[in-house]
Amino acid sequence: MEFAELIKTPRVDGVVLHRPFLPTVEGTLCLTGHHLILSSRQDNTEELWLLHSNIDSIEKRFVGSLGSIIVKCKDLRVIQLDIPGMEECLNIASSIEALSTLDSVSLMYPFFYRPMFEVIEDGWNSFLPEDAFKDLESMTDEWRLSEVNKDFSVCPSYPPLVAVPKDIDDETLRKVATFRHGGRFPVLSYYHKKNGMVMMRAGQPLTGTNGRRCKEDEKLINATLRPGKRGYIIDTRTINVAQQAKARGGGIESEANYPQWRRIHKAIERSNVLQESLIKLVEACNDQSHNMDRWLSKLEASNWQTHVKEILTTACLAAQCIDREGASVLVHGTEGTDTTLQVTSLAQIILDPSCRTIRGFQGLVEREWLQAGHPFQQRCAQSAYSNSKPRQEAPVFLLFLDCVWQILRQFPCSFEFSESYLVLLFEHAYASQFGTFLGNSAAERAKLSLPEKTVSLWSWVNRHQEIERLTNPLFEANSLVIWPSVAPQSLLLWEDSQYIDVIYITIIIIIIILFTISKKYYYDINA
Amino acid sequence: MEHIRTPKVEQVRLLDRFSNKSTNGTLYLTATHLIFVESSSNNLTSAAQEIWILHHHIASVEKLSLTTTGCPLVIQCRNFRVVHFVVQRERDCHDIYSSLLRLLRPVSYEELYAFSYNPKQNDQQREEGWQLIDLGAEFERMGVPCDQWQLTDVNRDYKVCETYPRDLYVPITASKPIIVGSSKFRSKGRFPVLTYFYQEKKAAVCRCSQPLSGFSARCLEDESMLQAISKANHNSRFVYVMDTRPKLNALANRAAGKGYENEDNYSNIRFQFVGIENIHVMRTSLQKLLEVIGTRSLSMGDYLEGLESSGWLRHIKAIVDAAIFLAKAVTVEGASVLVHCSDGWDRTAQVCSLGALLMDPYYRTIKGFMVLIEKDWISFGHKFADRCDQLDGDPKEVSPIFTQFLECVWQLSEQFPQAFEFSEWFLLQIHEHVHSCQYGNFLGNNQRQREELQLRERTHSLWAYLLSEKQNYLNPFYSPAYCEAHPVLEPSTLPYHFKFWRNMYHQFDRSMHPRQSILKTILTLRENSHKAESTLQALENRLHQLGVTPLTTSDPPAHPPTRDQRTNSNSLPPRPDSLILGAPVNHKDVQGQDDEDEQDEVGEEAVESTDMERTVEGSSGTESRKQSYGELEGTYNNELAKEEPAVVSLEFGVARMTC
Repeated sequence: MEFAELIKTPRVDGVVLHRPFLPTVEGTLCLTGHHLILSSRQDNTEELWLLHSNIDSIEKRFVGSLGSIIVKCKDLRVIQLDIPGMEECLNIASSIEALSTLDSVSLMYPFFYRPMFEVIEDGWNSFLPEDAFKDLESMTDEWRLSEVNKDFSVCPSYPPLVAVPKDIDDETLRKVATFRHGGRFPVLSYYHKKNGMVMMRAGQPLTGTNGRRCKEDEKLINATLRPGKRGYIIDTRTINVAQQAKARGGGIESEANYPQWRRIHKAIERSNVLQESLIKLVEACNDQSHNMDRWLSKLEASNWQTHVKEILTTACLAAQCIDREGASVLVHGTEGTDTTLQVTSLAQIILDPSCRTIRGFQGLVEREWLQAGHPFQQRCAQSAYSNSKPRQEAPVFLLFLDCVWQILRQFPCSFEFSESYLVLLFEHAYASQFGTFLGNSAAERAKLSLPEKTVSLWSWVNRHQEIERLTNPLFEANSLVIWPSVAPQSLLLWEDSQYIDVIYITIIIIIIILFTISKKYYYDINA
Repeated sequence: MEHIRTPKVEQVRLLDRFSNKSTNGTLYLTATHLIFVESSSNNLTSAAQEIWILHHHIASVEKLSLTTTGCPLVIQCRNFRVVHFVVQRERDCHDIYSSLLRLLRPVSYEELYAFSYNPKQNDQQREEGWQLIDLGAEFERMGVPCDQWQLTDVNRDYKVCETYPRDLYVPITASKPIIVGSSKFRSKGRFPVLTYFYQEKKAAVCRCSQPLSGFSARCLEDESMLQAISKANHNSRFVYVMDTRPKLNALANRAAGKGYENEDNYSNIRFQFVGIENIHVMRTSLQKLLEVIGTRSLSMGDYLEGLESSGWLRHIKAIVDAAIFLAKAVTVEGASVLVHCSDGWDRTAQVCSLGALLMDPYYRTIKGFMVLIEKDWISFGHKFADRCDQLDGDPKEVSPIFTQFLECVWQLSEQFPQAFEFSEWFLLQIHEHVHSCQYGNFLGNNQRQREELQLRERTHSLWAYLLSEKQNYLNPFYSPAYCEAHPVLEPSTLPYHFKFWRNMYHQFDRSMHPRQSILKTILTLRENSHKAESTLQALENRLHQLGVTPLTTSDPPAHPPTRDQRTNSNSLPPRPDSLILGAPVNHKDVQGQDDEDEQDEVGEEAVESTDMERTVEGSSGTESRKQSYGELEGTYNNELAKEEPAVVSLEFGVARMTC
């Protein structure tokens, strides 16, 4: 095993661990191929197990012979390890650096991890497209499941099975794929049961500068319209950005060719801008100057909250078109793998009560993010502390989770899950023992044989002890559409607050009281 | 009544502040209230909505220029409600406008609502209400008088200081000549007196106004006074003197013959500036803040920038920082502290009361908080009449000093959700009544004036009313055990712990609030659990009467650790709904109109409370949000699908009690 070569000092005694808000721990530090472990070797103290893949960057400091390593994690935690001995410290640091930047996917921990729990339900099979389609079939017969992408040849980032309008044959789909960025022809994202309206997503149309046209594309999306009705195309880019894309072969649906559609442009930022925003936000949060003006101006300069507001607004707009206007919607940006997915998935949270359950949310992440081809591995390779030059990293998924949290805060009784569920997904998207978020698309996951070689996060989450931990005690099924407020005064900064814990503990106590009482009633009646 | 020219105007439109929505209704002008009643034809699914605005709450009325639809009238209230009416006929609008102008500027105290307000209590009940808070007993609770501190009668007839209360506590070694001498050397005669005594370390918190030191003047009696305060505490060799002003302001005061203590003259002091700005800066800051958050379709960038440039949160943090400094000096170092600003009734009141709140868990209870306000604000002469603009006075004297104090308390309660017996609702209710002039407590500028107005004989006490509704203000997360373990709060001063208090400044802007409220849900759960418990008790009693031993002896009733009162559990007063508590929690409202089968206990309770209340707030949140997401105008903007039923939510009980 080549890991051993990278580990010069596997064990150091007398290491002191500092964590914010927690007492320090002294113990033995061990390095394994995938973990950094600190154990005090006493019975009741918890051990630190940190995945190397979770480490974003490290810093070394020396005071005399005492070295310190500051470990900054992708999940935004910062810990400090005081290591006696200069050489040990340097060895540990270089090992961590090497182990945390291994490039090969097949060396990742999920391929080595064996579950310590009984897998009752294999999460890899929990959310298959054919099952989702069965639900759709029970509501409408206007759609079919196409196998055109069976071998990922039509669109490398799509799953093998996609839902398309019934009247559109595979040949047409192949043609449309050549007209859309990345071969991402319009597919069904969501069917609104209440009025039969649909939301579709795609890549940008490849009109180029000379205004190329694709009749099949027009036919495909028109097939989703009711007679005499019009639809909306929500382009997540500003009109300027979209126009500029023409020079690179991209473009927009022109009014002349799509007379039944009205195009709306929104301005959701993408890629590097978002990564910088996250870096600035985290920097602002870690500023120790205790200066209010500085904090507010840094928060503003980070633009993070602006992104949250913009994404939420666009999602609300899409939901509004479907539910209030009774119109079908097509959402796309450039590639259709980032901002598009933020919008389509959030709109479903707003519209569809089943997405607000623990399992329904998994289904949503599975459908709209994993199978829809959000490149998790590229986007989550680095986080806010990394020193290396960002490549394709962007906190697209984190922003989505932040938006969900905003809605959760405004409708605290309408979600089956609590905030911890969102935090859990954030952590596992960046570093995990499970294979769920590995790879960039369904095709890559199939090539890596993830379902055979790794364990699914859902297998672990969907056990009753985990579900219990993630359940929101205030949940009461709410079958309505929930419209969040997007006013800046209504949006908060997502911080991990102890307040929430207190609330949940209090509610649980009250529920236990109620439960005890109802039990007593039962006894009394029997008596 | 003679000021009311038109008591009723029909066909008035109420515009929503943040959307294009409007409702039609009728405007009524009474001697005490401006009332808007929505015409019932507007909305068949819900009861007609009403808005009651107390004249004393109106800060300004503005008549905008005539439009094609009518004459706009914008009313800004001190509780941060902003209403925008459009009156069809200009003459009506002008009548209302000029009546309001007169009504909202009372010239004598007798015109204030408190003197006409009658909650159907007899004299004895009223008297009892006034006796609820006893400051003598409060000082006894702190352990004063004791071997180092005594009650002095020097101000019995308000001879030494007009703006102080009659009863004052000073060090035992401070003789009358020292007191009188010191008072002559202090602005407005406000010499150093005890306001809080930290028994554990025998450390005192004293307050006063700035010394009349000018550039070089000194006063031996004043120096002996500080010496006496220092000597009364054996834990520390010195007294901290906190000047809560920015140093520049204090320096400027020297030119006017005032200033600050010279450390060379006072042998035993440690002098410290803490830099809280003056009332004028605070007033402007709040104005800026309100301007920013009142902007329609505000962008996130402009919001954050406005929040920063208004400086409001910076000022709030400065006050909390000062209070933390005070609490640390007393509890950690065991030193006594003397706090002053210019006159010692604004910043000094903020810092002393907030510091005491950090040190003493009692002040974080409902009763204790009332005592704290009564002591540090009312009795020590915070000029409520001037600061809250009760009578037509100098606009430069108006300043949100007390609002800031309430906000600081709210910020702390966000950091320590378990440490406070009351919820933010209690703070908002107090804020409401500081401006309502409905109760006598906050009228006037000082105790002497209140005695002259015979407030105890002629008006009612707010505290009695609030205590009678105590159930409504309880914080369900409050844990006495937590307070025992953490008697002194040590808040973080990292800036991101200071948040914009939406429920204060947007209290009446329904579209801004969460549509479901954790607080309200838990309160409902709690009430149900109380009810269930009392039913259980009744059942058990009956079993006993029937001579049956319940099987449950092996399963004793779970007495929850958080439950503290089970006394009047079956006679809970109906809880008025509030906007800040967000959207309704009962199923009927959230789940749509066709859920008529929700008539279990929860449903009944909800019906009961809606019947009791009369004050109803304007718009349905979903509806006003409809337009705010983006540009759906043009050909597509036809009549939208049927709305969810307009949610009826009720606000604070101010107006309710007058019906």
